[in-house]
Amino acid sequence: MTAMQRREWLLGAGALGLTALSGCASTAGGMVPARTRVLVVGGGYAGATAAKYVRLFSDQKVEVVLVEPNDAFVSCPISNLVIGGHKTIADITTRYDGLARNHGVRVVKDMVASIDPAKKVAVLASGPTIAYDKLILSPGIDLMFDSVAGLRAAQADGRILQAWKAGPETVALRRQLEAMPDGGTYAIAIPEAPYRCPPGPYERACQVASYFKAAKPRSKVLILDANADVTSKGPLFKKVWAEQYPGMVEYRGQHKAASVDARTSTVKFEVHDDVRADVLNVLPPMRAGAIAVQTGLANSNARWCNVNYLNFESTAAKDIHVLGDSIQVAPAMPKSGHMANGQGKVAAAAVVAELAGWEVNPAPMLTNTCYSFVDGKNVIHVASVHEYVAAEKTFKAVAGSGGVSAGPTEVEGNYAWNWARTIWADTLS
Amino acid sequence: MRTRSLRPMWVALCLTTTCVPALAQDARTLQQHALAANCANCHGTGGRAVDGATVPGLAGMPAVYIIEQMKAFKAGGRPATVMHQLAKGFNDTQIETIAAYFAAQKK
Repeated sequence: MTAMQRREWLLGAGALGLTALSGCASTAGGMVPARTRVLVVGGGYAGATAAKYVRLFSDQKVEVVLVEPNDAFVSCPISNLVIGGHKTIADITTRYDGLARNHGVRVVKDMVASIDPAKKVAVLASGPTIAYDKLILSPGIDLMFDSVAGLRAAQADGRILQAWKAGPETVALRRQLEAMPDGGTYAIAIPEAPYRCPPGPYERACQVASYFKAAKPRSKVLILDANADVTSKGPLFKKVWAEQYPGMVEYRGQHKAASVDARTSTVKFEVHDDVRADVLNVLPPMRAGAIAVQTGLANSNARWCNVNYLNFESTAAKDIHVLGDSIQVAPAMPKSGHMANGQGKVAAAAVVAELAGWEVNPAPMLTNTCYSFVDGKNVIHVASVHEYVAAEKTFKAVAGSGGVSAGPTEVEGNYAWNWARTIWADTLS
Repeated sequence: MRTRSLRPMWVALCLTTTCVPALAQDARTLQQHALAANCANCHGTGGRAVDGATVPGLAGMPAVYIIEQMKAFKAGGRPATVMHQLAKGFNDTQIETIAAYFAAQKK
């Protein structure tokens, strides 16, 4: 931005009453000076993108505070390649300091303990209170361990992992696979949709199979899916399992996990026979992150947060915008990192417009491109474009747009890795 | 759209009586930036590709060229892995708006 442009924003902002708004942002905890402040809670694909783009869209004139408990962002997309042995955890980790250095976002390493929507303040776990003009809440998902009997205890002692939040469990699951003898079985249990990353479990099955094919060829991969059929890229994944991993990958639909027995490494189902596996990877049902539930925002089925899709404002609380995997999605809108990044931008633009007293964009757009690695190099994708339809107050896929790959290729493998490096930079640098 | 010729007029209006016409202009700038940000996930923030990228950066690309390529993706004249599917989600006005944004960005 040139100095001229910055001065213009200031003049415009003053004329539009932004200076008056900044009076709302008095700080009980005294952490940051009083200005127009956007507080972002959670630095995943949605929150970190929103933090950066509020700064960009406001020509750095709106203060942004990001509260995030981790030092670094560990990407869920590509994390299956760590499990397959094709990438390391370092490859998928990006520090948060770029947001401060390049965009002036104030990154506070903490958790938010509570939010008072009426007073417009958030209380940090360490004690201080932060006032906000706008709150962007992107807490991701909570895993509902208690909905599968025995899973919470098995999870806590590290015997049955989820590795669905990328990080230490990703590495731990890889170690379990490395320790498994040849001829063993890896089983992944998938919850009913909606859950984070629809194609993710099927990509993970491919990744484990690619490792077994190279290192433990007598081993098996079992996919135990609560859904009736593969929920994303079904024909493509099934073709890969049949042609690339024949006799190794087995898919079983309508297998809803009811309980686990960590001692015998067994998963039990509502209807079907028990399954024993050497490495058991159980994904329980998911819901909006705890802080969203606790604040009373999970008003869809007590699991997900309903939002006004025009600006992603909660339907339960004014000036709280909920993004990413926590929301009740619009039709055909996946819970994906790419989608979360896009939601971050739509919400950032809406928040800046509202703070400036401008009309919110009446026709926002979202895109999604989801790549899945079927081995170390070859990739398939699903892509879609979504438009806001005012008459129905929701996003819908644009007719005639989007689609999937014809089949796995190395060319798409190159694009997928490029996508990862670029979206990490777009979100965090 | 960062139409420089309109900027001084906006400032003048803000300093005098009403900001309404200039306001609409700047809300549009924000909307244009936000629309173009849909491309940033793969082509880089502001259309500036990351080091060693395998897709082109869009910053500073002539608007006419971007519009031509997007129309070729839509019509099938330019084969692609994913862009032909994404291009079909945007109408001509949106494509022109996006193209104008990237043409005005520094490489």
